[in-house]
Amino acid sequence: MEGYLSLWDEYGSRIMESFWANLQLTFWAALASLVLGTILAIMRISPIPSLRAFGAAYVNIIRNTPLTIILTFGVLVLFGVFQLKLTNDFDLNFFQIAIIGLSIYHAAFFCEAIRSGVNTVPLGQAEAARAIGLSFLPAAWLVILPQAFRGAIAPMGNVLIALIKNTTVAIAGSVAEISGLMKTMLEYRADVGVLIFLTVALMFVIVVLPIGALVTWLSKRLAVAR
Amino acid sequence: MSSTSQSVLFDAPGPKAKRRILIFNILGILLAVALIVYLLLALNAKDQLNPVRWLVFTEGSVWSNYLLPGLINTLKAAAISIVTSLLFGFIFGMGRLAQNKLINAISSVIVEFFRAVPVLLMMLFLWIMLARSGLVPPADSPFIAVVIGLTLYNGSVVAELIRSGVHGLPKGQREAGIAIGLTRGQSLRLIEVPQALTAMLPALISQFIVILKDSALGYIINFNELLFNGKLVGTGNSNTLQALVVVALVFIILNFGLSKLAEVVSSRLSSRVGIAAPAKEEVEAEV
Repeated sequence: MEGYLSLWDEYGSRIMESFWANLQLTFWAALASLVLGTILAIMRISPIPSLRAFGAAYVNIIRNTPLTIILTFGVLVLFGVFQLKLTNDFDLNFFQIAIIGLSIYHAAFFCEAIRSGVNTVPLGQAEAARAIGLSFLPAAWLVILPQAFRGAIAPMGNVLIALIKNTTVAIAGSVAEISGLMKTMLEYRADVGVLIFLTVALMFVIVVLPIGALVTWLSKRLAVAR
Repeated sequence: MSSTSQSVLFDAPGPKAKRRILIFNILGILLAVALIVYLLLALNAKDQLNPVRWLVFTEGSVWSNYLLPGLINTLKAAAISIVTSLLFGFIFGMGRLAQNKLINAISSVIVEFFRAVPVLLMMLFLWIMLARSGLVPPADSPFIAVVIGLTLYNGSVVAELIRSGVHGLPKGQREAGIAIGLTRGQSLRLIEVPQALTAMLPALISQFIVILKDSALGYIINFNELLFNGKLVGTGNSNTLQALVVVALVFIILNFGLSKLAEVVSSRLSSRVGIAAPAKEEVEAEV
């Protein structure tokens, strides 16, 4: 117990800072991948063959690539080879590159989640939209997608939860976040190794389980009554 | 699934719409070409298109010394994890369906915990602690950590798949089992779970893709799998970009094959009477 308390004395503020980095990664990557995923979903359901093909190719390639490769690519290639500098702050640069990598990866899954939501919208809705003279984009944006999003809350929530957990992979992108700190703590304080793991694991449980419950509740609450 | 969503939003186009679609189609193609040209120029500016950097991967020695041993380790870890995940999932899936309140509660806590905790954290923890404990040879600890980490997470997902598969079965199946004198456990084991597994087979195969993809996390804990060895090739020949692309391609081909298999199994099953697979997204996103 004393060992555990001294761990908090030593690392307490860094634990909080690191986990905060994971939450920030989650926030920005969720925002960006949701926007990109929506655009991809619109492309995949559009009448234009080239855009459909592009959307399908993006999803099939990215979805089958391990996230670890994408984030490693960010640090070793985007930074290492192309010297990509989004900002002059060295650490912030890796942070932003990791956000790009996480967004590219999760956009493919948001796209598929939204597409599964589109499948919950009855054909009559699209027919009615066309009957009142809406062309593809207005019909999609005003009639189909609002209902599709409401039907896609459960799968989108699952993607969000996966994203929260996947921010730990940002260790492969040289970001100072919680899995990197956990590795450091385990190396220096193996005496309380189990407690270190349980502490960090519990932080994720505390964030993930309520979001899971909220998503289930929302998906029932917002489901379009048919 | 895709065919319905594609026919929902637009009619068979008339002459005017056909022209508009054609114009946007050409614009889309031009945009894609522009993107590719831009990428090629950017690559060329950094001398990344230099054939020397790419032709390394036509050498047999690179494959026999690095990539194939890496691939074999990746496949070994994934294959073992698939088997152990199924075992773990079967045990705790049954546990969650058990009538005994204590077994049920313990199984629920374990499954929910391991689904909420990032796999990488488990791997890091096991890797460092196993190496220190002396329980396993330090050289083996990355491999064991990867397999146990993948098993705990994916096994928990499989447990959920089995549970939701059993819940999706018609009530008559269980009632018939009990009517012929089986106990609840026997009816689960002999009648319900086998059917649930069949119904969930496509989702299970999709979960194998997750296992294969997540085995690449082993790179972070120095497990000499495909990505780890690929990076070694990249560092040695200063062609990291090319190495990562080749490694990614191998993963994409393997995963694409698995997802095609899932589709085939799914369409075979849907033609069978009486087996209704629950909607996949009810269970888990394969992220």
